[in-house]
Amino acid sequence: MADNLPQTPLLNELEKGAWPSFVKEIKMAAKRSPMCRDLLGQLEQSYREKIGYWKHGGIVGVMGYGGGVIGRYSALPDKYPGISHFHTMRINQPAGWFYTSKALRSICDIWEKHGSGLTNMHGSTGDIILLGTTTAHLEPTFAELAKIDFDIGGSGSDLRTPSCCCGMARCEWACYDTMALTYDLTMHYQDELHRPAFPYKFKFKMSGCPNDCVASIARADMSIIGTWRDDIQVDQEAVREYAKRGMDITSDVVNNCPSKCMDWDGKELHIENSFCVRCMHCINVMPKALRPGKDRGATILIGAKAPIIEGAMLSSVLFPFIKIEPPYTQIKNTVDKIWDLWCEEGKNRERVGEFIQRVGLGNFLEAIDVEPVPEMVAHPRENPYVFYEEYFEEGDDEEEEEES
Amino acid sequence: MAKSVEEVAEAMFNMVKDAAGQKKLKPMDLTKNVMQLFGDEVDKQICKEAIKQLINSGRCVYTYFGGSYVELPHREGAAND
Ligand code: HEM
Ligand code: HEM
Ligand code: SF4
Ligand code: SF4
Repeated sequence: MADNLPQTPLLNELEKGAWPSFVKEIKMAAKRSPMCRDLLGQLEQSYREKIGYWKHGGIVGVMGYGGGVIGRYSALPDKYPGISHFHTMRINQPAGWFYTSKALRSICDIWEKHGSGLTNMHGSTGDIILLGTTTAHLEPTFAELAKIDFDIGGSGSDLRTPSCCCGMARCEWACYDTMALTYDLTMHYQDELHRPAFPYKFKFKMSGCPNDCVASIARADMSIIGTWRDDIQVDQEAVREYAKRGMDITSDVVNNCPSKCMDWDGKELHIENSFCVRCMHCINVMPKALRPGKDRGATILIGAKAPIIEGAMLSSVLFPFIKIEPPYTQIKNTVDKIWDLWCEEGKNRERVGEFIQRVGLGNFLEAIDVEPVPEMVAHPRENPYVFYEEYFEEGDDEEEEEES
Repeated sequence: MAKSVEEVAEAMFNMVKDAAGQKKLKPMDLTKNVMQLFGDEVDKQICKEAIKQLINSGRCVYTYFGGSYVELPHREGAAND
């Protein structure tokens, strides 16, 4: 059987080494799927000639939805008929990526029947990525997935599939229930997810604590990152135990604290919590001795994006601390205001972070009715968008104040 | 008098049809154009419903070329048979 596979000397290089190899996987699938055989052929040719042979399709999708299917056609359909169509489907993953093995098998069965059988678990959006099918198979795949309660995710200028860390399901650091919030936002914003109406994409990513395992601060237009506002819980006995077992607490913990707010005298660990920036370093190093405080919630940040039109941006603080409890009214109200403003004023393909940069954070905050607070400022004097208008207004007459 | 979803959808459909081949319209363009045309006889919600109706009926489709647009169904240049 393997004789049927195309000769792929360049791709074979990528099978070397101890790590997983997508070439190995495609070859395995190619034994059964002519699509995968042609995929190997075209890929090898691309590597050899240093030319990509994919064409982008902009119109394929399923009825009623504007996102979730990414059209791809081979530019060499006569040579590689198996991948003449090779569309990708993004499927909304369960929050935290928990599956039963039965669900996984069902997805794979559907995909072997209707597509190449190749999957990417998971894409960087968080979705299940089903790689390679034809236009005619899109609707049947969608229908069969719907029967096992899976739906298509986002793509294009819409709300992208919200995603989160495994949070309270597995992780002792989770400061709020990331999975519950992700599920709630996904269901609440179904229209926005399937019917692209934004200037560009918008992503929510939920991390349970500042370790930020889903890299929300670097990738999400709205990052919702768990935190606490009281004191780090310290078990002094356990700290001493770490020291006794050979940990150098001064160099490994205290000296690495970014806000220099810790002190260790060999017996007691002291933390000046009012200076702590919740970086998680000390907690990660001494998980048995330290844990986040008891008054937990999240910091909401806005505006991260990878470099596409403009350079990369990290998100910046919008709400330093809010409680995260159903029905999440404060988040939803703020999101609705942001979307209204950005849809109205945003330029085509302008992410919300770029929009804020263009109009100025001061104007943005005013438009969405959020008061500026010191936590929005990274360093004193660095982002001078906070204006103390009340100083000037004191002298102004009443009427003018009411107008503004 | 407030416009019905059908009336708004019809107006949007004509905009999409007239623009076909010349300019791609985003859902927000349709909403803004319709609001200019009908003034306070329409609101954002009814525009949203109208776009939903155009898409669900198959008279228009969403397309993606860097951003998302609403267009008449057609065969695209990149498609293979
Ligand atoms: C052609 C002459 C000058 C030019 C082009 C110039 C330019 C600048 C610039 C670009 C800044 C930085 C502003 C900022 O980052 O916000 C600055 C700050 C400053 N300049 Fe000048 N400057 C000039 C003359 C002077 C003179 C004559 C003085 C004092 C007698 C002076 C005192 C200062 C001070 C104290 C600051 C710091 C202000 C602050 O940090 O807010 N400058 N200047
Ligand atoms: C006893 C004398 C002085 C004291 C104790 C003093 C203290 C200070 C302090 C604490 C700041 C704030 C620094 C910051 O926010 O980073 C400052 C800023 C400044 N001082 Fe002075 N200062 C004195 C004299 C002067 C004099 C004589 C001048 C000019 C001729 C001057 C010009 C400035 C300027 C331009 C700034 C920057 C203002 C800004 O950052 O917006 N200071 N000073
Ligand atoms: S982000 Fe925090 S809560 Fe979530 S999995 Fe990572 S360490 Fe745990
Ligand atoms: S969480 Fe970070 S900033 Fe806070 S005390 Fe620990 S090391 Fe310091």
